Amino acid sequence: MNSAALIPLFPLLGFLVIGLFGKQLKSERLIGIIGSGAILASFAIAVSIFFSFLGMPGEERSMHVPVYTWISTGAFTVNIAYQVDQLSLLFTLIITGIGFLIHVYSIGYMHGDKSFSRFFAYLNLFVFMMLNLVLADNFLLTFLGWEGVGLASYLLIGFWYERKFEGTGIVYTGDAAKKAFIVNRIGDFGVLIAMFILFNTFGTLSYSEIAAQAPTVWAPGTAMVSVVTLLLFLGCTGKSAQIPLGIWLPDAMAGPTPVSALIHAATMVTSGIFLIARNNVLFAMSPSTMAVVTGIGITTALIAGTIGIVQNDIKKVLAYSTVSQLGFMFTALGVGAFTAGVFHVMTHAFFKALLFLGSGSVIHGMHEQQDIQKMGGLKKYMPTTYKTFLIGTLAISGIPFFSGFFSKDEILWMGFLNGSPILWGVGAVAAFTTAFYMWRLTSLTFLGEERFDHHHVHPHESPATMTIPLIVLAVLSAFGGFLGVPHVIGHALHIPNLLEGWLDPIFERGMSFLPKHVGDHAMLEWGLMGASTVIAIAGIMLAKSIYSKGTERAEGIAARMKGIYTLLWNKYYVDEVYNFAVIGPILAVSRDFLWKIFDVKIIDGIVNGSASTVGAGAAALRKIQSGVAQNYALLMMVGIIAFLAWVTLGR
Amino acid sequence: MGIDLFGSLPLVVIWLALGGVGIVIQAFVRDNTRLVFGYYISTLIATGVLAALTFGHTGLTFDGMVTMGGSGAFFDILFCVTGILTMLAARPYLQREDSEIDEFYTLLVSAVSGMMLMAHANNLVVLFVGVELMSISFYVMAGFFRKSIRSIEAALKYFLLGAFATGFLVYGMALVYGSTNALDYATITSVVRAGTTPFPMLLAAGVTLMAVGLCFKIAAFPFHQWAPDVYQGSPTVVSAFMSTAGKAAAFSAFIPAFTMLMPVGAGASYVMNMQLALAVIAAVTMLVGNISAVAQSNVKRMLAFSSVAHAGYLLMGIVSGTAAGHQAIVFYLTAYTFMQLGAFVIVSILERENDGHLEFSDYAGLSKTHPVLAFLMAMFMFSLAGIPPFAGFFGKYMLFIAAIDSGFTWLTIIAVVSSVISVYFYLGLVVKMYFSDPVGEGHATNPGTAALTLGVAAAFTVLLGVLPSVLQSMFTAFH
Repeated sequence: MNSAALIPLFPLLGFLVIGLFGKQLKSERLIGIIGSGAILASFAIAVSIFFSFLGMPGEERSMHVPVYTWISTGAFTVNIAYQVDQLSLLFTLIITGIGFLIHVYSIGYMHGDKSFSRFFAYLNLFVFMMLNLVLADNFLLTFLGWEGVGLASYLLIGFWYERKFEGTGIVYTGDAAKKAFIVNRIGDFGVLIAMFILFNTFGTLSYSEIAAQAPTVWAPGTAMVSVVTLLLFLGCTGKSAQIPLGIWLPDAMAGPTPVSALIHAATMVTSGIFLIARNNVLFAMSPSTMAVVTGIGITTALIAGTIGIVQNDIKKVLAYSTVSQLGFMFTALGVGAFTAGVFHVMTHAFFKALLFLGSGSVIHGMHEQQDIQKMGGLKKYMPTTYKTFLIGTLAISGIPFFSGFFSKDEILWMGFLNGSPILWGVGAVAAFTTAFYMWRLTSLTFLGEERFDHHHVHPHESPATMTIPLIVLAVLSAFGGFLGVPHVIGHALHIPNLLEGWLDPIFERGMSFLPKHVGDHAMLEWGLMGASTVIAIAGIMLAKSIYSKGTERAEGIAARMKGIYTLLWNKYYVDEVYNFAVIGPILAVSRDFLWKIFDVKIIDGIVNGSASTVGAGAAALRKIQSGVAQNYALLMMVGIIAFLAWVTLGR
Repeated sequence: MGIDLFGSLPLVVIWLALGGVGIVIQAFVRDNTRLVFGYYISTLIATGVLAALTFGHTGLTFDGMVTMGGSGAFFDILFCVTGILTMLAARPYLQREDSEIDEFYTLLVSAVSGMMLMAHANNLVVLFVGVELMSISFYVMAGFFRKSIRSIEAALKYFLLGAFATGFLVYGMALVYGSTNALDYATITSVVRAGTTPFPMLLAAGVTLMAVGLCFKIAAFPFHQWAPDVYQGSPTVVSAFMSTAGKAAAFSAFIPAFTMLMPVGAGASYVMNMQLALAVIAAVTMLVGNISAVAQSNVKRMLAFSSVAHAGYLLMGIVSGTAAGHQAIVFYLTAYTFMQLGAFVIVSILERENDGHLEFSDYAGLSKTHPVLAFLMAMFMFSLAGIPPFAGFFGKYMLFIAAIDSGFTWLTIIAVVSSVISVYFYLGLVVKMYFSDPVGEGHATNPGTAALTLGVAAAFTVLLGVLPSVLQSMFTAFH
């Protein structure tokens, strides 16, 4: 068997060992080593495959790794098989690499928690499911992983199930977990229907076979391919928190912070991007779906970015930022810039994991305080956290030569080139809000005067298990962008775009359905790049001028622009609108009709009726089962005579 | 022809171990149950390993009377594994009941040797010898608690009705022989296919009576009534063994015998009638088994009726008459063996002397007093009810598909309906264990080696549900 099959195996083993024997193991150190070691082993294998791929020509960098036949009945066969290629390997490296760092970080962060072993078991389960999602060679196995990460996410959001958590219609962390799970169900339904249609059409669920057959079965732009891709995209909006199903992600912050970093920033929420990238041929065949993806992506990027400006919970700011950044990624996919979208997945994984872990370090040092209004001046208490967080902020804001600059700029540029100047404009505004809220966050947390209660709170730097992952991620956030240097810069500095060369064979076929732009736009690209840099710096400067002295000036501005402020503070009332327009009516119908009338009267009536019929039958049969052997022999004899008569005399 | 020594090894070894060495050990070594237990466990392990080795070595031996390798070898492994698991569960159980006598293990292995003969039979006489060897061992095992009136009653009832049924089986064989002039499967099937018998009516009657005899062994309606009484009265581990390995053996003989006697699409006019009659028997069996189980308040008796119902599901594979149907039977039998055995063994662990602690109400709150046993029991119940991802789901699925593909959609609908009925009592037990409060003090249990049985049964119940293809891939070697 190929070593690639071992990649998901190690986290599974880790989950089983910790899950079954965690309580007996007792030692936190041992559990931590098993949990992190499992991920490290997978990472090592992924790295070795990566290097062996590097030695091959581009089109050969793909392995099909069958593990076993899962279901085989008639025409329906599903294999547990992995497709290791440039795309899945890149995701695997992100998942296991960052996953390993976050596992190590969690050893420090979860120290002393009464459910330490349960946490690591769930975390390993998550990684196992996530690896299945990206490595699968068919829709069904991906869907298994898709549901599996949903389960792990549910378990981890509600990890501290007895804790309170505030949100619209939410009291406990468990409610937030439920919200995430239920909202995702709606998206999963779309994916399921899409899978049914695909199987019905192609008789297979294998990615490569569908991609090969699709152009011959469906003409590009036909309604059917749009329906399928839109249904798939519905699933993506659930998993990746886009409009209209994005409302669960901010509440998912109820989970422990390493969970927010791993699941709700770096990996799981990018599943939607993965699914589209994996099926780039299908999506590229439907211009209308691509337009929808673009529209949803850019709108989400802008709306989530503006909400992020006014939030006061350190993790919620980062959550809205994640939603916004995911919007950028979808925008890239929508305009056919698949490589740029995946590139942003990677850089975002670096800096958003860094920011979340940094916020976790702050929360840890501030004794579970998450309100940035009650922080300030932490720079001197937590120097390492501050420095790494600053790098993360610069990276996400798009300051030149940090990783986020390259990927975000690539997206904006492709939006301009393949879309329209308006797309670029909206994206630039969203990028401006990013720079603004991130600097606001950094400023209120680490700079300025100390607004916390010195008698009760004694901020301190976090232990090495937490700061070392921060440093590693900071290095990646700073330099990771050089893997995908835009052509104009690369041309000037003689750096090739490594990532594009790497991913080309994956997206080649999809790209062939999209219009091509030829010509030299170097001057324009330089110009826009300069403009977006100015915008990022402007965002930071504006935030600096408002928040350098604490929150007073901001309160003044908020008072003057009360309408907009309230609108943003209440997140455009999306939760309330959903409650009023969707959840309320569903609840009412469920309670007043489905439960009280349909269930109680009709279903229960049928069930009770059939139950009493069965009961009467059972009583009659009981009489026949008399316990007297002679009677049994008599029934046998009757049976034999009837049987004989039927077989020999029947026609 | 002659004898192919390698292919005959499983059968030869178990006979020599029983009739050669085993008898000597028991004649000269008194009251050493540990030695006898160890000896017969090793016998079954050796036989199972040999069966595995000869799996790919198909053909005929003993002058064409016995088959080698293939499905026969697969069943050998299943019987040996079931035998070993039963012995592991039986030792602590018998010790607790103060009835551990070494003959128990001898009888069990003797029954296994009979089952193996049934699975390997390629000749009516060999089939008959196998059936009787197994049945007579069972009669004695059912009455093994010789001081318990229920156990004696069970043995006597089983023996009386069993003898009655055997009469029909052997009469059926005689009629088949008389009308085809052959005992050998290949010759009989060629006569049936060609339709050259001078006595078509007698052939049809003979086939029917053989079906009666085998339907008795699998406990199908209307020849099922002994099963609940016998399974309830027998020592629990014996019920476990009879209702799993015994049923598997009957089907292992049923499949080749009816591939021979009822070749679908053959010239003989009775074939269609036979197929339809068996379909009706299957339908009534599952309904009667499940509906009767609903009314039970005794867990052991509920499992007995559940075993009747499962005979109905399994018969669907015979009715379909296709290779897919037969493979579905083998798959479901394997799955069923582990889940039913597991459930019975849990009952045997919780049981107290004088048939105590067998009621549904005794299982209230088991999740609190015995969380592990309750969890495993719940798993076996879910699997028996056919709920994924456990083994029972895939088995039922394969059987239903086979029946639909052979045009028996109505039978599948009845099977689905009766499955729904069965959910009531299977999950009823789960509800009792998990959502009721324990009554009184939970008593201590000591599963001993039965824990091993449960572990293996649970592992296979999950494994066959998650990895059905492992077993399915073996079927390609059957034909």
